[in-house]
This record gives sequence, structure tokens and C-alpha cells, in this order.
Amino acid sequence: MKKVTERLKRHAEHGKRWVIAVPTLWLMLFFALPFLIVLKIAFAESAIAIPPYTQLLTMADDAFDLHVYFGNFIFLTEDALYLTAYLNSLKMAAISTFLCLLIGYPMAYHIARAKPSTQTVLLLLILLPSWTSFLIRIYAWIGILKSNGILNNTLMWLGVVDQPLAILNTNVAVYIGIVYAYLPFMILPLYANLVKHDHSLIEASQDLGARWLQSFWRITFPLSRNGIIAGCMLVFIPVVGEYVIPELLGGTNSIVIGKVLWQEFFNNRDWPLASSLALIMLLLLMLPIHFFRKYQEKEWEEGK
Amino acid sequence: MIEPSLSRDGVDGHFLQIRSIVKTYDDVVAVNDVSLDIAKGDIFALLGASGSGKSTLLRMLAGFETPNSGKIILDGEDIVSLAPYRRPINMMFQSYALFPHMTVEQNIAYGLKQDRMPKAMIADKVVQMLRLVHMEKYAKRKPEQLSGGQRQRVALARSLAKSPKLLLLDEPMGALDKKLRNRMQLEVVDIIESVGVTCVMVTHDQEEAMTMANRIAIMEEGSIVQSGTPRDIYEAPNSLQAAEFIGSMNLFRGAITVDAQDHAVIDSDEINNQLYVSYGVTTAIEDKHVVFAVRPEKTLISRDQPQGEYNWCRGVVHDIAYLGGHSVYHIRLNNGKILYSFMVNSDRFADQPTWEEQVYVYWSDDSGLVLRP
Repeated sequence: MKKVTERLKRHAEHGKRWVIAVPTLWLMLFFALPFLIVLKIAFAESAIAIPPYTQLLTMADDAFDLHVYFGNFIFLTEDALYLTAYLNSLKMAAISTFLCLLIGYPMAYHIARAKPSTQTVLLLLILLPSWTSFLIRIYAWIGILKSNGILNNTLMWLGVVDQPLAILNTNVAVYIGIVYAYLPFMILPLYANLVKHDHSLIEASQDLGARWLQSFWRITFPLSRNGIIAGCMLVFIPVVGEYVIPELLGGTNSIVIGKVLWQEFFNNRDWPLASSLALIMLLLLMLPIHFFRKYQEKEWEEGK
Repeated sequence: MIEPSLSRDGVDGHFLQIRSIVKTYDDVVAVNDVSLDIAKGDIFALLGASGSGKSTLLRMLAGFETPNSGKIILDGEDIVSLAPYRRPINMMFQSYALFPHMTVEQNIAYGLKQDRMPKAMIADKVVQMLRLVHMEKYAKRKPEQLSGGQRQRVALARSLAKSPKLLLLDEPMGALDKKLRNRMQLEVVDIIESVGVTCVMVTHDQEEAMTMANRIAIMEEGSIVQSGTPRDIYEAPNSLQAAEFIGSMNLFRGAITVDAQDHAVIDSDEINNQLYVSYGVTTAIEDKHVVFAVRPEKTLISRDQPQGEYNWCRGVVHDIAYLGGHSVYHIRLNNGKILYSFMVNSDRFADQPTWEEQVYVYWSDDSGLVLRP
């Protein structure tokens, strides 16, 4: 009996490690392993085979033969298409992050200032749309934005325009779609930050002679910096690789990295080139991801 | 007799005049028809329990709340309609509300920058304020790197930097531990007096109010119960509420039997002997019910029966609380009533009455007070 309890105790101490083991295993299985596969393919040559690339390691004449190919990366620099795609993606991500911040900040601010009971309702309204399928919501925008869609019909009925506006299949439609889809990711971290602010700081600022706008710029805004960074990164990082929205709402001439990746992978069946494209994108995002992590940690510590 | 000057200090010589202020939230009356006059240079304490309306009154002075009716006249100007940022009033917040992303210097300079004061002048003023609160060494620190007492000094410096006409203190010692509190109370008063600013503070701590303020108003349920100097309020409370709020009191309910010009005699069921006060009470004929009150430190304990027929009673020692400087004796009378009496421990090991010993409690004729129930 004593032995059993001792054993259980030892297990309890091991328990801590087991708790960490689960997410570690998860990350290994669904992040590290796929990443290694992509890494492997990026350094292979395209081939007409199943799978459609050469092996890194081959056995020939009882000896291992390591075959590393850098051609994909060189090719990426030779064709201007890829550079354009990267730059377009970064620009698209930057502009939509800025738009999300512009629209999301006032929303987050007012939710954080509302009565606690109202706050719950407003947050629910922010989250509610994401309960329906992402794809369906983006499709719905086609119905709204097309030439005989809801928006154009309304504008023409009101007499604002004579001709339907060509919004669908332009960059404007892409921005509308992205801002719509990613706005909650901006609002939630901003709200989480703003709701913690001590209102007496604003009163102190007013007491010392500052009007509302001055108090906002000199007190509220600087104190919400960590929330702004978190929100911006949560929007920026996924938007760089966004494929669905530019594909559905954008024109054929909108070249972004997500679409190019798709084309290389499925249309050209050039898996190695697609993998190296993805790898470079990841490298580009390392910097903002690093930033995000740093400020997230700060936010955590301050929240303690 | 010299008439009070009719200069800047308003018509009747008061610097800050609060006139019939009423503030209600929905159906709840937070401040009910409060009028107060505060002289220039006063340190005025609003003393009350939480929910008494003292904080609401302070916030109306700062401009964070608007009264439903009434006037607040500061230095001859009605400020009720002025926004907080336009009022020549600064406040030290209970939590200090220091801006966490700014250094001590920047915190103090904040209000001066709002006034668009030239940079060189701001720098001079900040140095002057830092010296005033003895914080020169900490100019570049952030608030989180300071101790509680240091934060308070910075908050005080920030609220004095703009040389306000009126300084407001919201529970100034609320965030400090007891030992630091006693030291800071005197230090804050020194600083305020050296600047000479008129000050209104809010506190629930009577000791703090009496230490720091030269005038006190007791608030209860949105109304002023009594205002006056700390001594007035302690020694001559004008009502049962005021008497019970500050310090402790022995109370006897009774009725007036003799009411002369220079004395009054009260009969009470709660004590064997009659009670005597050496001043006339001028009772209304229809209501002779009063409460006789005497403070514990004004009563004496003896083993021998006192002379005379008034103001003494017999009991046994029920409990003794030894507090070092003095002891609080709980004396149980025959009818079960407990009286409190302080005994100063002037001798280190004196022969004092002990538990269950029979003793007499007595007090002089001018110690007692007659209050309306």
C-alpha cells in the first residue's frame, strides 16, 4: 500500500512534465514536422514523379547520396514576379493593418468604456460573424460588391451614382474583405488592453488642464501601445499569406504571395519552388513575429 | 470692531463658498443641500464614512461631477459650469493616478505643458517642486520604481506645480501603511502650509482629519452634521451623531429636571445618581428628553466613594485594555450598562484597580454635555 502511494507521488511530480508534453507533442506533430517536410522539399528539384520532386537522400551503390539543390531560391530572384508578389503582399498587409487599426481602435475604445453588461453584448456582436464559415462570409461580399449587387443597387436607387461602381475584382474589394475579416483580431487585443486602464489617470490629466483629445494622445494612446502592437501583428502576419480573399474578391492582376504559391503548387505542380516561396515568406515574417512575442510577454507581465 | 474686508475674498470674507449644493443619482441623494465657507489658507477636512457624500462633494469641486443645483464660488467666481481642465483647482488622487509611462519629472511637468509654459520655465518649476517634496534624486525614475511615500510626494508636487488656488486631497493617506501615514500627515501639512494653498481634503479617518486639518466638517448621509475646529468638534459636539462619530462617548438617556441659567440637572434610569452640567440648557417645555454625554478620558476611577451627590456611579471592573500610554477600563454598572474610562499610565507599575474589583467612576461638573437625542 505504501509503495502505491509513493509511486503516485512520484507520478504527481512527473505530472508537471506530462502537462507540457501534450502541447509539445502537438507542436512537433503539426508544426515542426510539416515545417521540416517543407524545408526538405524546398531544397529538392522538381521532377515528374509521385511525389513530384527528387529525394534529398538516395541510396546508390551501398552509399548515401545527399542531393541539395539551391536552384529554387536562385530562380525566385531571377523572375521579378516573385519579388512583386512579396512586395504586394507586404503592402497589402501594411495598408489593411493600418485600416483595421483606424476602424478598430475607436470600436475597442468605446466597448472598453461601455457599461460591463453592454460590453459583453458588444463583444459578442464582434465575435458573432466568425461563427459562420469564413468562406461563406467572403462569398457574401461578392453579392454585396458586384455591379448589380446590394451596394451598387442602393447607390443607384439613391441617385448617388448613375453607373454601377466597379468594386469587385479590384484592390478596393480585397481591402474591404480583409479589413472585414480581420477586424476582430485588432479589436480584441485592443479591448483587452483598454479595459484595464485606470480611469483616474484621465481624470488626473483633465484636472491638470488637458482636454479630452490631449488626454487621449498623451495618456490613453501611449498606454495602449502593447495592445496596438498585439492587434497589428495579429492582423499583419496572417494577411501577408492571405489567399482566399484576394482570390475571391481581387482581380486577376492582383499578384500576392498566397496566390502565386497556389499557382506554383497546383497549376505548375512545382512543389519545390512553392516550398521555397513559403520558406522565404516565413523568414520575412520572423521579424514581426519576434516583435509580437516580445510585446505579448510585456503585456503578460504588466497584467500580473 | 473691524469689518471683514470686502476684497477678492468674496462678500463675507470667504475664499471658497459652497452654497446649497445638491447632487442626486437617480433617486439617491448623495449630497443634500450642503453649504460651507472655507477661508483662504485653511486646510479643511470633510470627514465621513463611506457613502456619506464627502467624495462626491470633492469631485464636484474638481469638476468631475456636476451638482443638480447650488453654487461653488472660488475667489469670487462661480465655477460650477467650468470644465475640470479650466478650473484653478488641482487634486491629489487617492491612488495618486501618476502617469505610469512618464518619469517623475514628466509627471510634474504635465500640467505646466498644458498651459504652454516656455520650456525653460517648466524646467525651473519642476526643479523647484522636486526640491519642495525632497525628491530631487528621483527625477528620472518611473512611478513603478518608487515606494508608496515617494509616490505620494510626486503626486503632491504634481498637484501643486500649477500653483492652484485650491488643492484637493482625496483620502491622502489611504494607500499608506500606518507608520508611514503618521509621518506623511505632518510632512504633507508642512508642504501645504509652506506653499500657503487653501486645501480641502476628504478622509474617513478622524485622527488624520484632526492631525492635518485646522477645520473639519463631519458629513453623514449627504449632509453636514457639524463643522468647526477639531477641538470644537471633539469638545462641543452639537448632536449625538457628531459626538458618536469622533472619539468614544459614555451616553445616558434621561430627562431634564432642573434647568437654571448656570446649570442643569438630569435624571436618568441608566445611573443611580443624578447628572449635573455646569451650564444652562434652555429646554423646550414639551420635550425634556436629552442625552447626557461624557468622554472616557474625562472620567476618573477610584476605590473610594466620591463626595457629592452628582456625576458618579459604582460598578465593577469588567475588562481592561492596556494600550501602553493609557488603559481603557470597561466598568459594568449594576444595571449591566458598560462605562468606558481612560486611565493614564503615568507610573510604570502603579497599584491600579483590577478585574472584578468594585470601583467608583466620577467626573467633574464641567465635563459632561447635554445633547438632543
